[in-house]
Amino acid sequence: MINGNTALNIDNIRLNSHEDLDALRQKIIDSHDPDQPEVLVCHGTGCIANGSKEVMAAFEKICADSDIDVKVMPGIKATGCQGLCSKGPLLRINPQGLFYQQVKPGDVEEIVQKTIIGNEPVERLLYKDPKTGEAIHTEEEIPFYNLQERIILKNIGKIDPTDIHDKISVGGYQALAKALNTMTPEEVVTEITNSGLRGRGGAGFPTGRKWQGALKAVEKKGGPVYVVVNGDEGDPGAFMDCAIMEGDPHAVLEGLILGAYALGANKGYLYIRAEYPLAVKHLEMAMEQARAHGLLGDNILNSGFSFDAQINRGAGAFVCGESTALFTSIEGKAGTPRPKYVRSVEEGLWGNPTVLNNVETWANVPLIIEKGADWYSKIGVPKSTGTKVFCLVGKVNNVGLVEVPMGSPITKIVDEIGGGIPSGKPFKAVQTGGPSGGCIPNRLKDTPMDFDSLTQAGAMMGSGAMIVMDEHDCVVDVGRYFLRFLEEESCGKCIPCRLGLTKMREILDNFSSGKGSEKDIEDLTSLAKAIQDGALCALGTSAPNPCLTTIKFFKEEYLAHVNDQKCPAGVCKDLITYSIDPDACTGCRSCARQCPQDCISGKKKEVHVIDEQKCIRCGICMDTCKFNAVLVS
Amino acid sequence: MIKFNINDTEVEVEPGCTVLEAARQYGFDIPTLCHHEAVAPSGACRLCMVELREGDWSKLVASCIYPVAEGINIYTETERIQNVRKWLFEMLLAKCPASTEIKEMASKYGVDSTRFPAENPDEECMLCGLCTRVCEEIVGLSAISLVDRGVYKKVGSPFAQPTDVCVACGCCVSICPTGAMRSRIDAVRRTPAVTLTPLAL
Repeated sequence: MINGNTALNIDNIRLNSHEDLDALRQKIIDSHDPDQPEVLVCHGTGCIANGSKEVMAAFEKICADSDIDVKVMPGIKATGCQGLCSKGPLLRINPQGLFYQQVKPGDVEEIVQKTIIGNEPVERLLYKDPKTGEAIHTEEEIPFYNLQERIILKNIGKIDPTDIHDKISVGGYQALAKALNTMTPEEVVTEITNSGLRGRGGAGFPTGRKWQGALKAVEKKGGPVYVVVNGDEGDPGAFMDCAIMEGDPHAVLEGLILGAYALGANKGYLYIRAEYPLAVKHLEMAMEQARAHGLLGDNILNSGFSFDAQINRGAGAFVCGESTALFTSIEGKAGTPRPKYVRSVEEGLWGNPTVLNNVETWANVPLIIEKGADWYSKIGVPKSTGTKVFCLVGKVNNVGLVEVPMGSPITKIVDEIGGGIPSGKPFKAVQTGGPSGGCIPNRLKDTPMDFDSLTQAGAMMGSGAMIVMDEHDCVVDVGRYFLRFLEEESCGKCIPCRLGLTKMREILDNFSSGKGSEKDIEDLTSLAKAIQDGALCALGTSAPNPCLTTIKFFKEEYLAHVNDQKCPAGVCKDLITYSIDPDACTGCRSCARQCPQDCISGKKKEVHVIDEQKCIRCGICMDTCKFNAVLVS
Repeated sequence: MIKFNINDTEVEVEPGCTVLEAARQYGFDIPTLCHHEAVAPSGACRLCMVELREGDWSKLVASCIYPVAEGINIYTETERIQNVRKWLFEMLLAKCPASTEIKEMASKYGVDSTRFPAENPDEECMLCGLCTRVCEEIVGLSAISLVDRGVYKKVGSPFAQPTDVCVACGCCVSICPTGAMRSRIDAVRRTPAVTLTPLAL
């Protein structure tokens, strides 16, 4: 990797004071010429899948092979997720701050010649305003970005997550140095309490109160106390913790060290799901570099405070995101939860007081310590302060990572930042909180996205996935999808979850094939309530939420399935038929060629016909037809 | 001593007691399948759910594992509890059609039939885990354990192979609340060592 900072040769020097840290920061900033071009290649999951690694390789090769003047030789950095995933691979070119989208390796030569050497933008790679079609040059001018308030994501996509010096240059570890030098552990706890920070994992428990609970437990029964990062993000559609761990691992680490200082912990764990190898790698590198700089390990910044952490990888169980299951997993046992009648701040890892916070929660801590609880509590709404990172996915134009103040209305996130749904019609519903959350209909689009408003609406903040649905999404099918997911992920310990979720899913299966009655909808609701009341852990107690909220808000769609044997959204295979609109069909044969059943007949330039008996309702013909001639009813 | 209320009656028990122990001591009836005095409670079967009320607020807790506390109000027969129990028994009747023990218990609580079809007519095990807990905690061998996850969970020996670790002590058979271990122990042992029935023990 070509990087401006590595030439500085200031690696592996131990920092012994706040002054040392400031001096290093200044040295890094001074060594960097602000006019030197810099190419930031997004290496978020979406962009990597779209070929950003190849784009990066093309840059490195072309720059190395060409005889660019040393003054304009660009620093090339792989960054974390830049946010607008649907337009990847993304590039940011400094110092102009140019934002390029959907860059292919073949575009690189032109970018080097035109932008790096010629200081001219490549027009066709710029973001186009969807309404006016006008090209927009910088990220800051794009509505997707400028309607957000990015404090957690601020550095993600701008720094190289594998280089601690990049992080230090933008103020990394300043909060830690400040706390170690000027604050007592109690003051750190007070600051977090006053900030109003609530757990970002989903339940929204006040972080300060959790920390105080652990301190009380230590007072009562003695230590040790552990701090743990919950990086077992697993909700379908959620990837914000992944983006934070991959894109700004030092933010999580600094938060964890601050928490350890506040609580008097000397040992911490980062529990990261096995499916996030890049997050594991970046955090491992971050810890190694932090240790070398005296920011982690013995006698941090010569303050007398020692703390170290280790990474524990999950083994692919969604349930291990549940606190007690996560602890049993770290302890080396099968990840099954235990009842939480004694809270984990009192009896967590190995029965000792333990503070477990979500990745995003930890990443908030340095900000609060650096800028103060007052500053923080003014963002958002009184009972849900700060910002929240959401993953905007599904039927929405701007799929990506969005950070807004708590309490922002759903419509602002989906319609303004997200740019609405592709068809241009109003969205049908938004599923918040993944499989534990609820389905909020369009008529409640002004609901503020904060912990209490969402709970009131019958949904849940959850970790922050927002799955947008349009009129072609069937709520019965959505309910089935999430139940099938949780059925697979249930640990199987308690009966309501192990047997109940399967039974609920079977009832929904019946609905989607036109079987069932209104009485079954009542039974389903009653069974769902029994599971909410009876299940052992949060996976089970929240599992019926998607189903219950869809029954609450879309009862007529359920009734259409059971009474009229119709799926209004045209999704449930047993209840739909495909046909061809003779007026729209041009007889191009393309659906007939794609049909896996060979059940579309009709000669070229003649209207085609689908054989209903042979059709398996896969929908490929509909996806293939360019003339919207395939109808579903 | 800790004083609290069960069904509006004041009771008094030693600290450290669970609500279930207190309730049974005072003769309140609470059904259980996964609970046994000999082993640590696990809170898996959820039949022992009771309602904890505080003013307008209430929640259901598993009494086998919920510690008593001064002044709490516990109810053992509310609508919410009955709803949980009814569904649990209906699901258990469909899951374990061969278990007479489950049939009798369900009938006692007013559930004589189930709306769900029986899956395996010979099934008795409801995975309460008493057998594996007694083998681990009391016998100290862990010859059997709960294997796999979720809907695939089952009781078995490592790698589903017969194991000499099992000493055929029969604790698992005697503690099993549904009679399921009777037919399983021979799969754990290599050969039928002795004829084991709960009565013989």
